[in-house]
Amino acid sequence: MIVRSLQDEGVEYIYGYPGGAALHIYDALFRQDKVKHVLVRHEQAATHMADGYARATGKAGVVLVTSGPGATNAVTGIATAFMDSIPMVVLCGQVPTTLIGEDAFQETDMMGVSRPIVKHNLSVRDPQKIPEIIKTAFYLAQSGRPGPVVVDIPKDMTTPNERYEYVYPKKIKLRSYNPPVRGHAGQIKKAVDLMLAAKRPVIYAGGGVILGRASAELTEMTRLLGFPITNTLMGIGCYPATDKQHLGWLGMHGTYEANMAMHHSDLIIAIGARFDDRVTNATEKFCPGAKIIHVDIDPASISKTVEVDVPIVGPVDSVLKDMLALIKEAKAAVDEDALSAWWRQIDEWRKVHGMRYHKDENGPIKPQEVIEALYQVTKGDAYVTSDVGQHQMFAAQYYKFDKPNRWINSGGLGTMGFGLPAAMGIKLNFPDEEVVCVTGEGSIQMNIQELSTCKQYGLPVKIVNLNNQALGMVKQWQDMNYESRHSQSYMESLPDFMKLVDAYGHVGITVKKREELIPALEKAFAMKDRLVFLDIYVDPTEHVYPMQVARGSMKDMWLSKTERV
Amino acid sequence: MRRIISVLLENEPGALSRVVGLFSQRNYNIETLTVAPTEDPTLSRLTVMTTGSDRVIEQITKQLNKLIEVVKLVDLTEGAHIERELMLIKVKATGSQRAEIKRTVDIFRGQIVDVTSTVYTVQLVGNSDKLDAFIQAIGTGCIMEVVRSGVSGIARGEKVLSL
Repeated sequence: MIVRSLQDEGVEYIYGYPGGAALHIYDALFRQDKVKHVLVRHEQAATHMADGYARATGKAGVVLVTSGPGATNAVTGIATAFMDSIPMVVLCGQVPTTLIGEDAFQETDMMGVSRPIVKHNLSVRDPQKIPEIIKTAFYLAQSGRPGPVVVDIPKDMTTPNERYEYVYPKKIKLRSYNPPVRGHAGQIKKAVDLMLAAKRPVIYAGGGVILGRASAELTEMTRLLGFPITNTLMGIGCYPATDKQHLGWLGMHGTYEANMAMHHSDLIIAIGARFDDRVTNATEKFCPGAKIIHVDIDPASISKTVEVDVPIVGPVDSVLKDMLALIKEAKAAVDEDALSAWWRQIDEWRKVHGMRYHKDENGPIKPQEVIEALYQVTKGDAYVTSDVGQHQMFAAQYYKFDKPNRWINSGGLGTMGFGLPAAMGIKLNFPDEEVVCVTGEGSIQMNIQELSTCKQYGLPVKIVNLNNQALGMVKQWQDMNYESRHSQSYMESLPDFMKLVDAYGHVGITVKKREELIPALEKAFAMKDRLVFLDIYVDPTEHVYPMQVARGSMKDMWLSKTERV
Repeated sequence: MRRIISVLLENEPGALSRVVGLFSQRNYNIETLTVAPTEDPTLSRLTVMTTGSDRVIEQITKQLNKLIEVVKLVDLTEGAHIERELMLIKVKATGSQRAEIKRTVDIFRGQIVDVTSTVYTVQLVGNSDKLDAFIQAIGTGCIMEVVRSGVSGIARGEKVLSL
């Protein structure tokens, strides 16, 4: 019943790991060929693979794990998806209902464990309801503000010799769940009036634009208005990064001009963003002169951390369409004089930092230049996943994404170990696209076992390991806040990655000199059907800048180790 | 500020734990909580008394609404409403105290629902302040056990919370 439901849902791949409580389901999988199963080496990787697929396509990724440790190993991946509102359906085996509560072998209360990190969870207590439950899980995961849904399946609910009538529902309607379908017309009108009257406006777009597939509408509106636009780390790609109206991304490691524009603006148009603490810095000092319009599908995101003036609850694509229509038919136009003065100011700010970094021709390779080289070699068109830390920030800062769904990272939870399995999930589904995992020697070791899965399924992702022989971001904070006491931020016994990669049957290339960098990247990408691990030694002393000053306003930043504004 | 939020919830296993979990997860207070099925057995009515700033209360109602099993909710304290709490209280009642306690019970319009030669069990219904006042009046010295149901509430007039 479960496998048939997955077939009817149109699921092509599921990612998982078998175990006692899930064996009936695994047997059903064996006896069909529509739903293909990818065997990972650790359940966390299964969730990240499903997550990578979901982020690249917008469709729910599907995971199958067994009870107990299988389910708890999936927890980090479920939480990762939850924090970034990624649609995912996680099917967890469970001990038979007769044993629940008896501390049976491999029993964990997965309903309880997963409760705070799922959009919803469902437990199967009647085998006849399996199709309805699976359909509900997909419906909840993919509608409204998306998120992971866990389905707990006791083993006796999947007993193979019991037969039930099977009907897969076409639609699910829940009386207690009605995601908004349109924004409030009056509020949208109010927002557009404010936009047309604004003198120093800035559009602040988030991951919701990508999840809501509204990049085209956002781009059209931004160009029509001529307003500056910045986006969050999760919103990267929602508006072309190479466009002149784009200020780069904002927040803790955002650009100087984006943070300055936010702070000095008189109108912030927040679209599918949630005023996260990594964006706002101290909320009481946040953008003192700005009125705020906030478009979000989740009413709970509105005025959660920062009080807003014009809330609009609705799907971003529909709200943006309504806004566009109003702007086009409006009698008033934008204040061109004020806007050009605002742009002059912004262009001044652009000159201040300009994402510069110091490159010593005789010194070590800088991590930033690796990303620039990667951008050049992949022509800016790769799917780039990342792990968490300095390399993630450098990748987000220096790779210019012009398309949505191409920058794949764990923004909310900040999960190390995310990058490689996420890249695998994408490569499996987009075999003809370049998929790169930018990582560090700390993060990659958190799911390095998946190199084995890559071998089994022939997943030729490219791994760019920015090796600074330290947990770079931890070390940066220790440099800045703990007088350089590098407590536990060194990896003193790093493996020989070349031998390790070789053992898994892949290709490894070490890069230590600047002149080797581009040729090595070109060589790696020329090997279309091989996984290549590039171990690139970069300057271990480099910090990520700009960096907002802790507990300051948006405009308080470090621009380098010595310049504070 | 003290608020009473009344929630219609799908009467399903685990639904209550989601509500309670939400409060601890997001650092909200639960002062009292009552829950029981309604006339429609598929629905439970849950009343939670909580405290917080307006902003916190707004978040509580929004976050509760986000729970899939929450069908509807209302902040009763926003309008005219009736709130009641039931208390069962067991007190030592010997000698001259017996008459005194009986008088206090009468003043508070409570009932003695169980009697032994040394103990009265008193039932009292009212808003929370009244129950507090009774405890104060009778003095903690003679109290053996207190059981309070937590606040239940309903809007005044025509307003109803239903499907």
